Amino acid sequence: MMLFMLLFSRQGKLRLQKWYVAHPDKLKKKITRELVTTILARKPKMCSFLEWKECKIVYKRYASLYFCCAIEQNDNELLTLEIIHRYVELLDKYFGSVCELDIIFNFEKAYFILDELLIGGEMQETSKKNVLKAIASQDLLQEDEAVEGALTDIGLI
Amino acid sequence: MAPVRGDGMRGLAVFISDIRNCKSKEAEVKRINKELANIRSKFKGDKTLDGYQKKKYVCKLLFIFLLGHDIDFGHMEAVNLLSSNKYSEKQIGYLFISVLVNTNSDLISLIIQSIKNDLQSRNPIHVNLALQCIANIGSRDMAESFSNEIPKLLVSGDTMDVVKQSAALCLLRLFRSSPEIIPGGEWTSRIIHLLNDQHMGVVTAATSLIDALVKKNPEEYKGCVTLAVSRLSRIVTASYTDLQDYTYYFVPAPWLSVKLLRLLQNYNPVTEEPGVRARLNETLETILNKAQEPPKSKKVQHSNAKNAVLFEAINLIIHSDSEPNLLVRACNQLGQFLSNRETNLRYLALESMCHLATSEFSHEEVKKHQEVVILSMKMEKDVSVRQQAVDLLYAMCDRGNAEEIVQEMLNYLETADYSIREEMVLKVAILAEKYATDYTWYVDVILNLIRIAGDYVSEEVWYRVIQIVINHEEVQGYAAKTVFEALQAPACHENMVKVGGYILGEFGNLIAGDSRSAPLVQFKLLHSKYHLCSPMTRALLLSTYIKFINLFPEIRTNIQEVFRQHSNLRSADAELQQRASEYLQLSIVASTDVLATVLEEMPSFPERESSILNVLKKKKPGRVPENEIRESKSPAPSSVTQNSHSNHKFPLRTTNNANADLLGLSTPPSNNISAGGGALIDVLGDIYGAGGAVNNIKKFLFKNNGVLFENDILQIGVKSEFRKNMGRIGLFYGNKTQNPLTEFTPSLIWPADQEQKLSILLEGVEPRLEAGAQIQQMIAAEAFEDYCDSPSIDLSFKYNGTQQKINIKLPFTLNKFFEPTEMNAEQFFARWKNLGSEQQRAQRVFKAQTPMDLAGAANKLSGFGIQLLENVDPNPDNMVCAGIINTIRVQVGCLMRLEPNKQAEMFRLTIRSSKESVTKEICDMLVDQF
Repeated sequence: MMLFMLLFSRQGKLRLQKWYVAHPDKLKKKITRELVTTILARKPKMCSFLEWKECKIVYKRYASLYFCCAIEQNDNELLTLEIIHRYVELLDKYFGSVCELDIIFNFEKAYFILDELLIGGEMQETSKKNVLKAIASQDLLQEDEAVEGALTDIGLI
Repeated sequence: MAPVRGDGMRGLAVFISDIRNCKSKEAEVKRINKELANIRSKFKGDKTLDGYQKKKYVCKLLFIFLLGHDIDFGHMEAVNLLSSNKYSEKQIGYLFISVLVNTNSDLISLIIQSIKNDLQSRNPIHVNLALQCIANIGSRDMAESFSNEIPKLLVSGDTMDVVKQSAALCLLRLFRSSPEIIPGGEWTSRIIHLLNDQHMGVVTAATSLIDALVKKNPEEYKGCVTLAVSRLSRIVTASYTDLQDYTYYFVPAPWLSVKLLRLLQNYNPVTEEPGVRARLNETLETILNKAQEPPKSKKVQHSNAKNAVLFEAINLIIHSDSEPNLLVRACNQLGQFLSNRETNLRYLALESMCHLATSEFSHEEVKKHQEVVILSMKMEKDVSVRQQAVDLLYAMCDRGNAEEIVQEMLNYLETADYSIREEMVLKVAILAEKYATDYTWYVDVILNLIRIAGDYVSEEVWYRVIQIVINHEEVQGYAAKTVFEALQAPACHENMVKVGGYILGEFGNLIAGDSRSAPLVQFKLLHSKYHLCSPMTRALLLSTYIKFINLFPEIRTNIQEVFRQHSNLRSADAELQQRASEYLQLSIVASTDVLATVLEEMPSFPERESSILNVLKKKKPGRVPENEIRESKSPAPSSVTQNSHSNHKFPLRTTNNANADLLGLSTPPSNNISAGGGALIDVLGDIYGAGGAVNNIKKFLFKNNGVLFENDILQIGVKSEFRKNMGRIGLFYGNKTQNPLTEFTPSLIWPADQEQKLSILLEGVEPRLEAGAQIQQMIAAEAFEDYCDSPSIDLSFKYNGTQQKINIKLPFTLNKFFEPTEMNAEQFFARWKNLGSEQQRAQRVFKAQTPMDLAGAANKLSGFGIQLLENVDPNPDNMVCAGIINTIRVQVGCLMRLEPNKQAEMFRLTIRSSKESVTKEICDMLVDQF
């Protein structure tokens, strides 16, 4: 089970955090601080896994963003790397060449996409097509609502 | 940046841009505070906000929170959004709640109501939103509210696949917070059969759920094994085009495969059915075969996904530990990875091989890769990979390769990272001990460890080498010679001085024949280090010197000179001063015979499990690579059995004597050493521990409450009260450590004949004393007649697995039954004269504790329980007292006179009572106490 996922920039700025275990805010901040420092200090060729406290950390850098996941001792490290990759692919497909700014300005979308991929720290849907379909139908629903709202505003319905 | 579909929130985008344009942290905080004030006023304002505005503000709050600021309002507005009929508003409401609401929030009942409504929705997108929210914050409250609905959603034929997927994981989350919510009976089989579902996404989600359920109740869910094996087999043999979008970079359904392989690891053996077993083995072989095929893509995603499945298959093979053929193949595969370009693969291969090394089938195979592993330890750029290599070397070490591996680890230690040195030292020490064929090698290794990495050699390691040298006669001369040579280095580590001091003190005579290591040379060499050492080491060296006086009488005067130097004020440390003066006196006063007895060679230590192993286990709980070959579960013949087991040079036998290896060298957990070593132990007994505990009993002659005993583990406090011939003590045992004390049993030591005189009733106590906790034990006493001495308690308990024993005297001394008696001078002296016979009186003269303290003495006497009589003795400095000792059978009147002589700083103590035994007992108690 994944315990949490953090996205942070090369400057150490947190861009997204998703916790699948309940921790007090203070502890979350402490964990985040420690991990960001540890990972930013590592060199590019180093291994993507590290033992950390009771869990394992799997991380990977994409352009200016670090994706970092904590998993349990028995979980599969290599496949966790691919969960990260699948998420990046989804963001990329949705935003079209995703960049850090997309995630900053549309953090809520980034969350919605993640929720379609992982639930409660477990992989829900591994098919890229199916996740994108789910997000698309969310967007469609919103657009309908927006159109309906606009029509109401100008008194057409 | 691409334009985003759906409806954007312009206000939010502007706000985010503002924040990004802030030049300083202060500016950012200012902007945020402005925004917070704005939102607060909007939420409080009279104008009702429409859904869009609420959504926008809630989203801004969320953004502010994610920047790391605290948010203490807006929760209610977010909850309001949940009941909006617009999806976009609802979704933001749920997001805010999943990020910001605690499970114990008082809004939880409102949230649950909204979720209930959404679960009823006909739109699966709404249902999913609700399910995701439950899975995100799933609390016990939610488990109660939804334990009916969600299982139904999961197995109902009407539910859409996407909803089923969410429902499975949602149920998993609720199960983790409240395991009782899973329905049993027919549900079990329906849940298991989700493994056969046509939709791969549903199977993937369901497998996670089933894995958790199996862990809780393996028997009930046993049916999943057959289904899982057949599903796995179908995936593995499928071509990558079969599974369409569930193929990931040419690997068919890697997530599901890994989950199924994990699920099967919950059972051992995985299955009893030969058919299923054959199919599983075939599948595992297929996975191993595929690893040898050329890659279908150069992308790292392809190799990661493929190898993820491979590693999980190897985990299952290791877990089953029953198929020699598969184990050997797995080992070869991992061996190839050891020289792979990818650091990640090398890391994982080393880790997996550690487990293979402990299987009797693959242990020999793993050893074939020894050279590469040693290279990894030396050459890897990443310390975490080097650490894995060290772990693997430790795991693959056996008698055949121990010498080489230990040597390589020692070589590497010289340059090893600080972060892994301590652990490496422990590992080297354990391996050297375990596989030593001759002890000269062992001694060499440990002394090398101290030389190379002295700072990282913990006490346990150097205690152990001393134990082993003492227990093995054949190595003693060699050890003395080697340590003597090592000490000649201009700079040597303090731990080397300790080992050297101890070993030469015991066995220096074995090398004294050589003029290069003559007694005086040994002594001078050791003493040249004295001034550079800590008090603890100096104390040890002083003990070595007194032993030298016994071993080498010819250098007695040199040593006495040193003792003399350190026995006065120039030695700043009081303990060293005392030690030096006591040893000096011992060397002057004691005859050669007495000296030889007192300083006799240390007796052998009882054999026991190496304490070093425990240290390693404690350092890395749950992650110590084993260096022990498991017995396989398979009856298959083994060609390598000579390697397994019975490698213990030292039989693993734990003894009750937990202090044995710490004798005289350490800060022992208990300073009340109960071992049978006699005088020697006391001479060397450590004083840096919490001392004086035993003596506390003396203080209780004069008081009823206080701390009776204290060491590093335990504190025992006392409260007591006495009336007439009855007394009651409350003992308060306080555990000072971070660990519980178990098998905690106090037992009374009070001979039967004494029991006739003073009967004692001991209340029982709980056998477990939690970390930091205190328990109380009541002890009642009743005096039938006068008695001597006082009862004691033998306290035994286990601390960290080692047995501890403490003996404490209870403050039930005879004086506690005193009743103070008033009388005038005339009465006093009349009785005094009456009690004049030889048997009735006792007198002692003793030196006062300096400085003489008469007021203090008077105080003590009142505390003693006897009445201090004013204006009775013509000399105002003299103290006279009277009291009656109350017992059931006899009452003994007792008079006392204490005469100070200020010039001589002496006291004369006279006791007169009607009973000889009482006179003597009271006199003994009070002598030397003022």
